[in-house]
Amino acid sequence: MNRVIPGFGLSLGITLLYLSLIVLLPLGALVWQALDVGWERYLAILSGPRTANAFRITFGTAALATAFNCVYGLALAWVLARYEFPGKRLLDALVDVPFALPTAVAGLALSALFVKNGWFGGPLATLGIDVAYTPLGIAIAMAFTSIPFVVRTVQPVLEDLHADVEEAAATLGASDRRIFATVIFPAIFPAFLTGASLSFARSLGEFGAIIFIAGNLPGKTEVVSLLTFIRIEEYDYPAAAAIAATLLATAFVMLFLVNMIQLWQQRRIGSAD
Amino acid sequence: MAAPPTIPRPRKDDLGARVRVGSGATTRRVLIGAVLLVTALILVAPLAAIFAEALKHGWGAYAASFAAPDTQYAIWLTLITALVVVPINIGFGIAAAWCIAKFSFPGRNLLVALVELPFSISPIIAGVAYLFVYGAQGLLGPTLEAWDIKIMFAVPGIMLASLFVTAPFVARELIPLMIAQGSEEEEAAVTLGAGGWRILRLVTLPNVRFALLYGAALCNARVMGEFGAVSIVSGNIRGQTNTLPLQIELLYQDNNAVAAFAVATLLTAVALVTLVAKAIIERLDKAREAAH
Repeated sequence: MNRVIPGFGLSLGITLLYLSLIVLLPLGALVWQALDVGWERYLAILSGPRTANAFRITFGTAALATAFNCVYGLALAWVLARYEFPGKRLLDALVDVPFALPTAVAGLALSALFVKNGWFGGPLATLGIDVAYTPLGIAIAMAFTSIPFVVRTVQPVLEDLHADVEEAAATLGASDRRIFATVIFPAIFPAFLTGASLSFARSLGEFGAIIFIAGNLPGKTEVVSLLTFIRIEEYDYPAAAAIAATLLATAFVMLFLVNMIQLWQQRRIGSAD
Repeated sequence: MAAPPTIPRPRKDDLGARVRVGSGATTRRVLIGAVLLVTALILVAPLAAIFAEALKHGWGAYAASFAAPDTQYAIWLTLITALVVVPINIGFGIAAAWCIAKFSFPGRNLLVALVELPFSISPIIAGVAYLFVYGAQGLLGPTLEAWDIKIMFAVPGIMLASLFVTAPFVARELIPLMIAQGSEEEEAAVTLGAGGWRILRLVTLPNVRFALLYGAALCNARVMGEFGAVSIVSGNIRGQTNTLPLQIELLYQDNNAVAAFAVATLLTAVALVTLVAKAIIERLDKAREAAH
């Protein structure tokens, strides 16, 4: 243990105290409120049609948003890692827009684009596709806010891939498609999975971007985070606690999954050396 | 005579040089084109729409949007919140990075996970959790009432929720960099008789200044734009607890779209400045690495 450098006790003390007060105390209070609800009432709250529908809609649209980001994010990471072209630096900077732009602003902008007289909403309406105030709108808002995850986890791995394996495969006559499927994709797969999980987790909890475009109709376009908000406004604290605790548990499961994937990735890299 | 076995022919490009997957001109063009198109539609168009909608009725209407006292109050409250929250989380980030990067101790990985935890938690959950601590029916509700201290539906609640949501930003930038840089310079400083604060100020912080700046800029953008957590703990009281994102929603619900988009341009500008700062910092960092 390194004890040459001073300040261990002080910095650890500050860190633990701060985390306890700012992070652990509130989360503990939430768990305490949820436990207070009781098991039977908890199940009754979650199986109520409005809540059950909100969960179904949230998971469905989050899956759709994640699927989009798996394809677009992978293509974006590939283009940024492999090619040189004018405007590449700008494209690279644009990837971070969803992280820097407030979610409420994103929601406002997306709803302006997709309403009936918006830039996209008009042409889409003539094709018979409604986006604003439908589950598709929710998925688009979720997709926007979680664009950077797949890109930023896959891009560095692609950049670090050595050319020699690909060259060896090419020398043996393998096609581009075959090399991608058997050499490149397995190498980036753990990072890809991590990015997809983070993107899905973020989508499940998204609020600000969604409420502007969703229409927020109970049972149809109402997501779990909004329902939690509504229950708080109605002073129905047991319901809010039950729903929020379920979301929190889901977040922990996703976090656990991501950590498992990263452990697996480290082992693989370790055994390859 | 038996036919010779077919040996796959090695693939080479015109110059006989190294071949990498997707280096063909068509693949390259199609992929870049498709990515640029989708990016223009999903990332650039929303940014453009914000400014187009804000300026729909000209510069006069745009400028007039900021004259409303509620909006001016929201700007002030947002600035004050950032002014309080960002320095606190810079301090926390430095402390967390110092103990995690410079020392090894049991539970270190758990501490890293704990520092990053707020990233994985929906801001709505954060807001609800704070309500269950400081609200009237919360853990500390009765105590706070007895002392006549108001935290929920007031400015302190907004600041606390913002502290939670942005706690990891500075720490996350500093920890990997400080681990990568190692402790040799600090150890040398100790040998020369320097104390902890002096080492921090003269050795460690100058080495990580770009990461620190970037973390602080991201933290600031997120504080100013936080919506979910703040909307639960603020109580949405006009002219009292509305930050800029809440003001945007309020104006939008009031059917005052131009004003809503005008306020949104302020936060969009903050986001764009943050990204430009990131690009500049990355370039400086690369230049520094090259100079070493």
